[in-house]
Amino acid sequence: MRLLAIHGLAYLLAIASAALLATHSQAADGELQVRIGYLAYRPDPGPLLSNVIPEPDDAGLRGAELAITDSNSTGRFLKHRYDLQVADSPNPEALLDEARRLHADGLRLFVVNAPADSLRQLATALPDSLLFNVGSADDGLRLDACPGNVLHSLPSRAMLADALAQFLAVRKWTRWLLIVGTTADDKAYADALRRAAKRFGHKIVAEKPWTFDNDQRRSAQAEMPLFTQTAEYDVVLVADERGDFGEYVPYQTWYPRPVAGTQGLTPTGWHKTVETYGAAQLQKRFEEHAGRWMNDRDFAAWIAVRSIATAVTRLRDTAPAAIRSLALSTDLPIDGFKGRKLSYRAWDGQLRQPIPLVHPRALVSTSPQDGFLHPSSELDTLGLDAPESRCRLSDARL
Amino acid sequence: MPTALPTRLLATALLLAAAGPALAATAYVSNEKDNTLSVIDLERMEVTGTLEVGMRPRGLALSHDNKLLYICASDSDRVQVLDLASGKIVKELPSGADPEQFALHPNNKWLYISNEDDALVTVVDVDSEEVLAQIDVGVEPEGMAVSPDGKWAVNTSETTNMLHWIDTTTHQLVDNTLIDQRPRHVEFSKDGSQLWASAEIGGTVTVVDVASRQVLKKLNFQIKGIHPDKVQPVGIRLTSDGKYAFVALGPANHVAVVDAKTYEVLDYLLVGRRVWHMAFSPDERLLLTTNGVSGDVSVIDVEKLKVSKSIKVGRYPWGVVVKP
Repeated sequence: MRLLAIHGLAYLLAIASAALLATHSQAADGELQVRIGYLAYRPDPGPLLSNVIPEPDDAGLRGAELAITDSNSTGRFLKHRYDLQVADSPNPEALLDEARRLHADGLRLFVVNAPADSLRQLATALPDSLLFNVGSADDGLRLDACPGNVLHSLPSRAMLADALAQFLAVRKWTRWLLIVGTTADDKAYADALRRAAKRFGHKIVAEKPWTFDNDQRRSAQAEMPLFTQTAEYDVVLVADERGDFGEYVPYQTWYPRPVAGTQGLTPTGWHKTVETYGAAQLQKRFEEHAGRWMNDRDFAAWIAVRSIATAVTRLRDTAPAAIRSLALSTDLPIDGFKGRKLSYRAWDGQLRQPIPLVHPRALVSTSPQDGFLHPSSELDTLGLDAPESRCRLSDARL
Repeated sequence: MPTALPTRLLATALLLAAAGPALAATAYVSNEKDNTLSVIDLERMEVTGTLEVGMRPRGLALSHDNKLLYICASDSDRVQVLDLASGKIVKELPSGADPEQFALHPNNKWLYISNEDDALVTVVDVDSEEVLAQIDVGVEPEGMAVSPDGKWAVNTSETTNMLHWIDTTTHQLVDNTLIDQRPRHVEFSKDGSQLWASAEIGGTVTVVDVASRQVLKKLNFQIKGIHPDKVQPVGIRLTSDGKYAFVALGPANHVAVVDAKTYEVLDYLLVGRRVWHMAFSPDERLLLTTNGVSGDVSVIDVEKLKVSKSIKVGRYPWGVVVKP
């Protein structure tokens, strides 16, 4: 018991001295140091059927690194120096320890690439810090009990589903077959699709849970047509976030219909085929840096760091509360190579942004689609709008 | 081969050259996705020829004697030199990678080129074809201008969000001015006292006093019925008499007319879709705009401040210059 008290005291002292450190981020030579922590924990998705083309295991980190380089290009001229301290942990407990260590070292700005539960833990453990969520599309984080010190640069599932549903409405593909995978994430994705179907006038004519546990690489041709033999649909919607069975749905459906959702035509925050509005230059820089294509997580981490840098450049200060309130005001236009200025929603801290709809080697469309109107910003036709979200981040302070 | 020209087009080019300077002002428009230039006869207000050039042509500049046309062929990684009398590419300059915009020094010799992928400004002597200097600037350098007295070369960097001031006597970077997000284009006033810079994502134009390098004024634009996010200033042109500034507003599909003395926005003129850059006719009675998405050129009557005509050109027109 006594030992614990001493331990606690030491911890308090560490926090106090860190607070002192943090207020002295101005180095002796007048250089402003901007230290950003990158916290990553990605759970193992388990064995997958479609494991032929592996996902990069450094998704996110490489985007944050590039943004540090980009930001130092402005920093070099303003005497601001950005650096990234990386903590990549095999489990959420270890990540929490790492986060506390960085916090004790004076860091107050974090980019977090972790699932929703882990993100909530970190947000609670670091109440005086500002966290950017680049790893969780969870709608719950944006709907109610939003962590007040978290901004989200990764699009939510609701945004992705709305982006897709708008396009399907334009194409008048309104009769859907919905196939839902087995994980909680798949069910959450399916919920977002159901919500989008309702908002944009689609009808789910049939819904089937994916229950097969065989290897579709060999048997998809035999089984998938029968599995998709339902009331007639215009399009098949797949909710399979891990990429377990979904890759084997296209071309195997009972009716000759397109496939969309987590596979087929996919809504995403970023993709290799995004090239307009200067995006080609960002893609080139990223590929030079990482030796691979930039994906949605890389982009979310890149723009999170760029958001910090844009605010720091304006404020000439690294205080998390000041960055947060500037980001939540309408006064911080962020350049995301998406054809218009981006900004954070005042209610839930979500970055509003156009959503590319892609298939593996081409950009098909970008939502919001023309004609979907909104009283303040067409970008708010995607995802949880102010009346739906119960959060009011801009009313609270850090 | 990019330099080969069909005989018919060559004949057209020769004909244009022969028609004499007083009548036939000629506009050249770079078509980014066609790898061509459209040639517009400003008397007849129509396209009279198409010239094949390098890949992804964007920035264009005339030599000060109006004999040569410099072309940024971005994806060919070179600057091409077109002899306007013969209509032939006579030279290719070592430009550095991905040249996008450039500016010619008043000495008619030094070409300042922004290399978008390398965060460099390359200075090339157009006669000796030598690289005189490469200057480190911010990420994604884009806009480029040289002051009328030749003292300053100013470059904008799109990701660093700055104006970089290069002293042309030493080719050193001596100062930086922070402006709003994604600066795209810079333009000196004719007397050299002011520098106008557009910020595409910031949605603003910043006017800088050249002597002190301090910001004089920041302009905002509001067009009824168009969301502010779509107001993305790109090209800027200033009339010689100091009366007007014209600002191309990109996907807002409008050109803003600004009183260059009071900085008041006087009007917004509807042009084609995604308007990029502009050029005056020699007498400054007409202003041409390139409209990337609609693939045409709008002609603005500067006296009446009305759009008088649109002329279909190639795919994704980007740069434009007018030869007297």
